[in-house]
Parts: sequence; C-alpha cells; structure tokens
Amino acid sequence: MIKKNTLITYGGLALFGVFGPIIFPDYTLSIAYLWMMVLMASTWDILGGQMGYNSLGNITFFGAGMYISAIVQVTMFYDGGMAEYTSAMGSIKPEFTDSEYFSGLYLGIICAGIGALLLSLIFSTFMFGLRGPYFAIGSLGLAIAAAELTITMDYVGGASGISMPLFPGEIEFRSTFFYILCFILAALAHFLLRWLYSTQFGLAINAIRDDEDKAEAMGIPTLIYKQIGWGIAAFFMGCIGAIAGNMAGFIDKEVAYPIPTFGIFMVAMVLLGGKGTLWGPVIGAIIFHVIKETTWTYLLNLQWVALGLILIINIVYFQQGLMGWLQTKYPEMFGIVVDESQKTSKSEAK
Amino acid sequence: MVMLDNLQLLFVWAPIINVQVILEGIFVGAVFALSAYGLALVWGVMNIKNLAQGDFVIMGGYLALALSSANVPLPLILIIVIVFMFVYGWGIYALMIRRILDQDMFVSLLATFGLSLLMQQVMNLVFGPEVQTIDMELPNWDFFDNMVTIPSSKVISLGLAAVIALTVVIFMKKSRAGQAIRATAQDPRAARVLGIDTDKVYAFTFALNSALCGAAGVLVSIIWVIQPFYGITYSVRSFAIVTAAGLGNLPGVITAAFGIGLFEKYVGMIIGTAYEVAAPVSILLMVLIWRQISMKRNRQVVR
Repeated sequence: MIKKNTLITYGGLALFGVFGPIIFPDYTLSIAYLWMMVLMASTWDILGGQMGYNSLGNITFFGAGMYISAIVQVTMFYDGGMAEYTSAMGSIKPEFTDSEYFSGLYLGIICAGIGALLLSLIFSTFMFGLRGPYFAIGSLGLAIAAAELTITMDYVGGASGISMPLFPGEIEFRSTFFYILCFILAALAHFLLRWLYSTQFGLAINAIRDDEDKAEAMGIPTLIYKQIGWGIAAFFMGCIGAIAGNMAGFIDKEVAYPIPTFGIFMVAMVLLGGKGTLWGPVIGAIIFHVIKETTWTYLLNLQWVALGLILIINIVYFQQGLMGWLQTKYPEMFGIVVDESQKTSKSEAK
Repeated sequence: MVMLDNLQLLFVWAPIINVQVILEGIFVGAVFALSAYGLALVWGVMNIKNLAQGDFVIMGGYLALALSSANVPLPLILIIVIVFMFVYGWGIYALMIRRILDQDMFVSLLATFGLSLLMQQVMNLVFGPEVQTIDMELPNWDFFDNMVTIPSSKVISLGLAAVIALTVVIFMKKSRAGQAIRATAQDPRAARVLGIDTDKVYAFTFALNSALCGAAGVLVSIIWVIQPFYGITYSVRSFAIVTAAGLGNLPGVITAAFGIGLFEKYVGMIIGTAYEVAAPVSILLMVLIWRQISMKRNRQVVR
C-alpha cells in the first residue's frame, strides 16, 4: 500500500531523527524544537487545512498544558504545596529522586494533554458557532485572555512565573532526553493523523471544509467532528507544552503563551508547506525552522524583521504553499490525472 | 476582599470618584473610537481585517514623539503625522493589501499580523523598547477637593478626537470621494460599471484608515505612554468595538468605543488594573458567544 517514495521519506526522516543529534550534538535542542514545530504545524492543519477552521488560538492549549504539568510535577512530591512553591520564586529547590522526577514528568505530560483536551471541549461549546474570520479572531481573543488571566493567578506564580523542578542527571543527557520525547510525540501525532485522514473522519472534515451546511444536511454530525478534531490538536499541544516547559526550565506568560511567535509560526509553516495535505505542514515546518535558525544566527537584531518579512511574502505572494505549487506543477506525482484533451478543447472554445 | 472594598469606595464612601472613572473612560473611548472607526471602514469597504491597526496607532505615536523632540507645535505635529501616515497607508496598500483583496478572509488576518510583527520590530529597533511619552507640561485641573483630577492635555485630546471624527464623518457624507467609498462598499461591481476606479477607492480607504490611526497615536502619546509592543491591545480593542457594534454602524462604533472605555476603567478600578487588558478581550469573547446564542435561536435542526 505504502508507496516507495513515502517509504524513502520516512526512512530519511527516521535516520535524521536518530542520528541527527549524534552527528550534531550541539544542535540537539534545536532539532528538538524542529520536531516540536512539526507537531504544532501538523496538529494545526487538522482544523486549519483539513477542516477549514483557521484557529489563531491553538497556542492556548500549549500554555495550559505547560502550567498543568508544572502544577502536577510540583505538587505530587513536594509537601509544601503549589502556593508555597511559587511564592518562594524559585528559592525552594525540592530534591526529587530520579524516579520521583520522571514519574512526575510523565504524569505531568499526560495530565497536560488530558487537561488541554478537556479545555478544548469546554471552549468548543461556544467557539464552534463562529465561522470564518470570526473563529480566527475569537480564538486569538481566547489565547490573549488566557495569557492575561494567567498572570493574575498567584497560585501559579502570577507574573513572576514558575521555575520548573531541576532535571536530575547530566546536562547532555537532559537535552537528549527531551529530544527523544519531542521526536516520539511528533512521530506519534504524524502517524495518528496519517491514519485519521485515511478514514471516514478525514472525508467528513474535508466535507465540512468544502461546505459545512451541505455536510450537515448530509447527516454528518459536524459539531462532534469539529470537537474531535480540535480535541486531538489540543491534546498534542498540551503534551508538547508540558515538554517545552520542562525544556525551558522556567515558565511565565511569555514562555507559555508565545502568541506572536509560535502561535503564528505554526500557521505560517502550514501555509509555507501547503495546507490541507499531510506532508505540507511537515515540509513547511522543516523549511521554516531552517530559515529561522539561519536568520537567527547571521542576522542578529534583525531576525524578527526578517521573520515578519518572510511571513508577509509567504502569505501575500506564495499562498498555495510548496505542496500546492508542486501539485499544480507536477500533478502526475500526486496521482492526479490531467485530461489534456479536455484542456485543449476548453482553450479552443475560448 | 479587595473587590468589595473598591465597590464600597466607589458607591458608598466616595461616589465622587465615579466622576473620575467616567471621565477617564470617555478619554480612553475617544481614542478607541478613532482607530475602531478606521477598522470598520476598511472592513466594511474592502473586507480586510487589519490586525496591524494597533501598530499604526503606535507608529503615529512615535512619529509625534520624534517631532515633538524637534520642538514642533502640537497642531503641526498632528497634521504632519496624518499626512505621513496617509502616504504610508497608501504604500502598504500598493505593496501588499492589493494582492490579498480577493483572497480568503483569513489571509488578510494573517498578512496583517505579519505586518504588525514587522512594524513592532522595526519600531523596537529604531526607537528602543523603553516606555515613552510626550510631556506637554500642561496644567492639571482639580475639582471636588482634589478628588477629581483632569489633566488639561486629556481634554485637549478629547477635543481633537472630536474634531477629527467630525471631519471624517462630514467628508464621508458630503464629498464626492466619500460617496465613491460608500458606493464601493455597497456594491463594488456596480460602482465599477458606473465609472468609479475601485482600486483607487480601496487605496484611499486604507490610507484614510492609516491616517486615522496615526491621529489616534498622536493623542495616545500625549495622554498615555507608547511602547513598540503595545499595539496589539489597540488592535484587539478595535476588533472588540467593531464586532460589538456591527459593521457599517457608525453611531454604534462610537457608542461601543465609549462603552468599552468605561467598562475597562471600571474593571480596572473594581477588580484591579491587572485585569484592564483582559477586559476588552473578554468583551470580544462575550459578544461572539452572545451572537452565537442568539443565532442558535434561529437555527433549527429537522430530525
């Protein structure tokens, strides 16, 4: 079933995923961020590309997951409680043993995913009545509101943030460990989506994108499909948020709700790669990350200006994305047959 | 409870403070009304949702700041900034907005978000990340035994906002160009058939929006502070106001602007200033949710 090209691509990515950090040990964390962005772009595409609901607020779940995992990790083995830990502003460094730390971390990641999933179910009750640009603006408002409300909550440190529990073990092992987590999660999400898009679910959400009213008239329970789609995205965003929080070591509003950076990057990556395809987000994320890292290195101080320019040029001049461009250029690669006789007769008719 | 104390302070011990809060709300609302009107104009005429609205405001503020450090008098500053921002808006239209006019509505959101990111960063590089303001050295007026303080600069800015708003409204109603804009908003195709150059109308509308934002920015830099990254809050407020008012509803936009200004100030007073930024966002969400509930009533599922 699986085509040869696909197998080669998977093989290449797997080889890079395994040997990348071994060959370039200095870039381990950078490659970890690459997988993180692949995951973000892929999960954004469930709604944005396949379902036609452009969300600017998926980053809400990222931040929520980060904070949920912090609460779980701190309160599970620290007796003083969350409020005491955060009010000390990092001066309390509880000594976790290895097993305590790792069990807390894994539980934190899972709780973050489930918590984000529940949050998405709550939000979806009122968000999915909004369509088109209203959904985008509403979800952006959701993210901003979440960020602003977080800094007023003293329980999670308010504006001064939380310093995460220290990683037991060496610093090299730390980056490798988080790298593996990111890689596994991204691969998991990718294969889940690959399977999902091949099922009836994929067809149903594409139907919602093409014409929601007709889809509903055909008997597709649109709200449930939308909830499932957003729920999957939220679950993975929550999990990756928990991992990112631990990778950063310190979380506050800026780290947890990076609306102008990751929140927009994931959309830009999908558009760069081509939305509504399985591979578009992956390719887009890889290209975007490479561009971002290069500008970061060689254009110091100007990196944000460069990113803004890339975003504008990408959206204004190159909208169909790389996959879309390839599809129109080489349709035979995608199994799309262009009927030449039809084409010529049409042009003759003109 | 801090909240109860504040409520008591407002309504039992010193109700005169209400006057201060209401006046502050009106001052805030006047500035919001300018940028929200610009957004409503662009949204209604050319169906572009400009997320860089707030950054136009901040850019106007920085221009005013630069001019005032060169000792240019305030009326001249206002005129120069309006002219400059008009030209800038025209340039932005020609470079990017024209290309996304007939695209998906989400594309305009994203492209202008990119523009907003770019403008923030350039302003950050040029003017630095510090919080700045123009000190006009104007006197404060005190009323009711110093319970209510009104800086005269705020009164002046309110007057200026009113003058600008009136000018734009009369322009839209009476002038030939204003008529062309309204005609294009109603039916672009018919307008084109009747000999209106819609491309020029769009460019003019976007430039007018940019000029309005610039004017609002001048007022902001006089009465509050500006910082390269404060733009997004103005964008969100503009969106909240326009969404609450509905498109093409000018009195609604102005009422909503003052309403949100008042709401924000009261929330800041009663719950705490930390919630002031979250207030317009929550209004935006509440409006969207309420709209949905009211739509649901009309929507029936046949089973």
